[in-house]
Amino acid sequence: MTSQRKEHYGKINRDKVLGFTWDNKEYFGYEGDSLASALLANDVRIVGRSFKYHRPRGVMSCGVEESGALVTVGSGSRRDPNVRATTQELYSGLNASGQNAFPSVNFDFGGVNNYLSRFFAAGFYYKTFMGLPPFEWGKGTGIWMVFEKIIRKAAGMGKASREPDPDSYEHANDFCDVLVIGSGPAGIAAAQEIANNKLDVILIEQDSLLGGNSLSQKDFDAHLLNDQLKNSGIRVMSRTTAFGIYDNTVVGALERVTDHLSTPHSNLPRQRFWTIRAKHIIVASGALERHIAFNNNDLPGAMTVNASKHYLNRYGVLTGNNIVISTNNDSVYQTAIELHEAGSKVTILDSRENVNHDLPQEIDLHLNTLPFSINGRKKIDGIDVYKTSDLSHKNTIICDQVLMSGGWSPIVNLVSHRGIKPVWNNENQCFIPGEIKENISVVGSAKGIWNEKDCVESGFAGANEAMNTFGIHKKEISFPPVGGWSNAIEPLFEVKSNKFPSKSFVDFQHDVTTEDVRLAHREGFVSVEHLKRYTTLGMANDQGKMGNIIGLSLMAEQLDKTIPEVGTTVFRPPYTPVPIGALTGRNVGKHFRPLRVTPMHQWNIDHGAKMIEVGLYQRPWYYPKKNETLSDSYIREATIVRKTVGICDVTSLGKIAIQGPDATELVNRIYTNPFAKLPIGKARYGIMLRDDGIVMDDGTSWRLGENEYFMTTSTAAAAKVMSWLEELLQTRWTDLKVNVTSVSEQWAGAAIAGPKSRDVLNECVFDPTEITNDNLPFMGVLQTKLKDGTPCRVVRISFSGELAYEMYIESDYAHGMMDMLWESAQKYDGCLYGLEALGALRVEKGHVTGAELDGRVTIDDAGLGKMASTKKSYIGSAMRKRGVLSADDREVLVGFFPINENETFNAGTIVCEKNNIKGQGVGRITSVTHSPELGHWIGIGFVKGGLAKWKDITLVGADPVRNKQMEIKVVSPHMIDPEGKRMYA
Amino acid sequence: MIRIKCPYCGERDHSEFTYGGDASIKYPALDAPESEWTKAIFFRENIRGMQKETWHHTNGCRLWLEVERSTITHEIKSVKACHPQIENITKNKS
Repeated sequence: MTSQRKEHYGKINRDKVLGFTWDNKEYFGYEGDSLASALLANDVRIVGRSFKYHRPRGVMSCGVEESGALVTVGSGSRRDPNVRATTQELYSGLNASGQNAFPSVNFDFGGVNNYLSRFFAAGFYYKTFMGLPPFEWGKGTGIWMVFEKIIRKAAGMGKASREPDPDSYEHANDFCDVLVIGSGPAGIAAAQEIANNKLDVILIEQDSLLGGNSLSQKDFDAHLLNDQLKNSGIRVMSRTTAFGIYDNTVVGALERVTDHLSTPHSNLPRQRFWTIRAKHIIVASGALERHIAFNNNDLPGAMTVNASKHYLNRYGVLTGNNIVISTNNDSVYQTAIELHEAGSKVTILDSRENVNHDLPQEIDLHLNTLPFSINGRKKIDGIDVYKTSDLSHKNTIICDQVLMSGGWSPIVNLVSHRGIKPVWNNENQCFIPGEIKENISVVGSAKGIWNEKDCVESGFAGANEAMNTFGIHKKEISFPPVGGWSNAIEPLFEVKSNKFPSKSFVDFQHDVTTEDVRLAHREGFVSVEHLKRYTTLGMANDQGKMGNIIGLSLMAEQLDKTIPEVGTTVFRPPYTPVPIGALTGRNVGKHFRPLRVTPMHQWNIDHGAKMIEVGLYQRPWYYPKKNETLSDSYIREATIVRKTVGICDVTSLGKIAIQGPDATELVNRIYTNPFAKLPIGKARYGIMLRDDGIVMDDGTSWRLGENEYFMTTSTAAAAKVMSWLEELLQTRWTDLKVNVTSVSEQWAGAAIAGPKSRDVLNECVFDPTEITNDNLPFMGVLQTKLKDGTPCRVVRISFSGELAYEMYIESDYAHGMMDMLWESAQKYDGCLYGLEALGALRVEKGHVTGAELDGRVTIDDAGLGKMASTKKSYIGSAMRKRGVLSADDREVLVGFFPINENETFNAGTIVCEKNNIKGQGVGRITSVTHSPELGHWIGIGFVKGGLAKWKDITLVGADPVRNKQMEIKVVSPHMIDPEGKRMYA
Repeated sequence: MIRIKCPYCGERDHSEFTYGGDASIKYPALDAPESEWTKAIFFRENIRGMQKETWHHTNGCRLWLEVERSTITHEIKSVKACHPQIENITKNKS
């Protein structure tokens, strides 16, 4: 045994034993353990295999920076890969396993990679497999495509479950005056001081326990602290990581709600994604200890110094019996004493010449001493060391653990998210946050302040800064200076020998060695951003939390520059990984996007409608009779509309109430055609252009009174047109006295189309003789009431080209209206028709919709040029004839017939000349249908020069996506009843 | 997340709003010549720094707002209703 549980140590609950499984073997731990501490307590030392070389790896830290103990937790649909064992709380029944290894992390065939490692330097795969010389000189990726699959299998991390995620996630929102990130001594001091001044404080802590680095102190009581904070009125959020700071002091945070529970309540989400809007943020995120790059510095048993202290005092686990500590700074000495007191033999290697510390006699202190190489394969047998004065003579110390401390790196990540560049502090060999101009204060070791007393003081100073934001001015407290060690740190990033090849890891996560960094430099990579991408240094889940600075120092050395000259890569959110499930929250399945239904939705379904999504709306698609297919159904429906009568839900059209003395002026300015003289009780079809002269939307406006209009828009443009009218009235035409209100939800509408539609209507309205050709001519509007007295609006308007009406009623009465209409329509052998038949009918008439008015089309292109008034100015009138928009070869609206009437075509077909089938051709087909009336397929679309140019010329409809070509001819888009006799009947 | 102080609703997330465009554009009269419209529509400054822009409180009070925002830091200097009479009312309210 080399790591073991110690009596009387730790903050674990020894009364509560938890069973768990590691690689199919059963173990025990205690409540309060992390998975890593429980594995160490059971002396499980190999817990992972490295990314590229499959080297055995153990627990290397005690927190989020972990890059050795990455494990897979759970099974089946709950299999979660790349979990840091150091932050995974132990629970009863936890089932974890090693990853990136076969058959197991303890014995892994992939380990052979380690012996081939000199072939696997940075960029190896790309150099070797992308354009394999000499066969593929300059050819690219052929061989890579083959090898990539094999490489991806061999190199990598854990495997995610392929099953749907069974857990639920939540989005949550909060507000506060001051948000404190981190509950170490500095964060606690700040939070308490601010709460004492009656401000609303949220304290966020990623750990399950409060205290930050105090948790690695023997006598610290986290629960007591928690009670104290809550009594001060501070809102404490533990198990919550602030992963990013965004504009206006908004923080993104991830709360792990059930990841520590063996049987979570089914009502609880697994995680919550918080958006917290603070007015001031205090960053007390702490600092992370760095390792040192030297040969075999990744062997299981190699760890940061502070981690070892943390395991001892928090979890009661002594991580080694015979421990060598290698350092360049003062932070390790207290740990050395405590490890010694706990029963380990401790040897300190300090690279510095002089240090001043009181140590028990039993602790060996070697000054001027550097670690050179760890001996052993799956466990540590000893360490070779050098005197700084004599790099030729090595000395071997027998040990079972090597702890490293190459200095500390303040966690500047969160502040960097705000674009604040970290500044190099040479005296303390670390980056500290640069000047911040927002309401963000950094306190404690995140600012490079090392001593606990100073950290507390900085917490008070930060609290004062925060309170200044709220106009609370206290006696000024200045921040303690950066640093605080009694003996200065000396740079120690790498120990190398030119005589022996070494495997010295800079970044454990992706197996990046010191040699890889130098290779990158030799190959011409000088920018740190390029170095990162070439070597993958600082990538994957730890994002270089431990290794980045070492990489920078090596690059600086190669370039003969200083670290600040080389600079650092930009930290971006998230600080630690955020699961996609949490980002998605409840927006899955049915809630993936909002669902809009019309007031007669249920009525439609009850009457056999198959529904289709149109934007967010559910609309009736077709109403199949027994065994009917979609095309059987819509052809029947369209035929019946032309023969007798059909009823269709058109509620999804946008509806806008326009009211006020200048209502007419507004309508007249936004439509291309004249509206100024539209009489009360009449409607008009209108086209709206954008400022740049392109068609925006079409619709109708009905004049209901002297100062009142009812506008309909297309379904797709309803929201856009509403915003557009508001923009015009509030920003450009502020003198117009007119109000616009969206009433899309207030009115339900149905189209009643076909030769018998008038008869149907008369059976439904209060006065059965009211609807006549004289009383309600084409484009007439009638405000009347139904048989039962319900007020309704009727307009005589036709999309199908038949005698047709639309009837609108207050939404709550939609079912009643439909019942009445349908009862009557059945007497005339009528039908209900859906969107597919509606489309067929309008294509036969050459009426355009969004498929045609796609934002590229002018009013002339759409064949509606006659609707553009020359007698008035309106939005787009100045621009609609500009240069390119009035060119001769513009594509204009036409109809298309197949030459062979048995053939069918699809929307999207490209229209080409017979001997020139390529590129964009001369036009395109935008909408197609089978025409029941004509008995074959028809389409509308656009062709350069229009009907005049291509009349009687056979063209080719090319559909390369479906590998199809067919002969077509161009016809007028008005394929049925071009004079409109039926409409006016 | 940019937070915008809507003069009617109070401070809200930018996700409630829709970005409009350059608020400094003076649109020509409808009968102005094509050249003036071309200038207003197509010739825009790409400002680095404070810029006046319009935002629509689409999922709120539906006011169009004139916002002074730094394109570098997203700092918002001022927010007011575009419509002068609404601006007068909301100004007195807050």
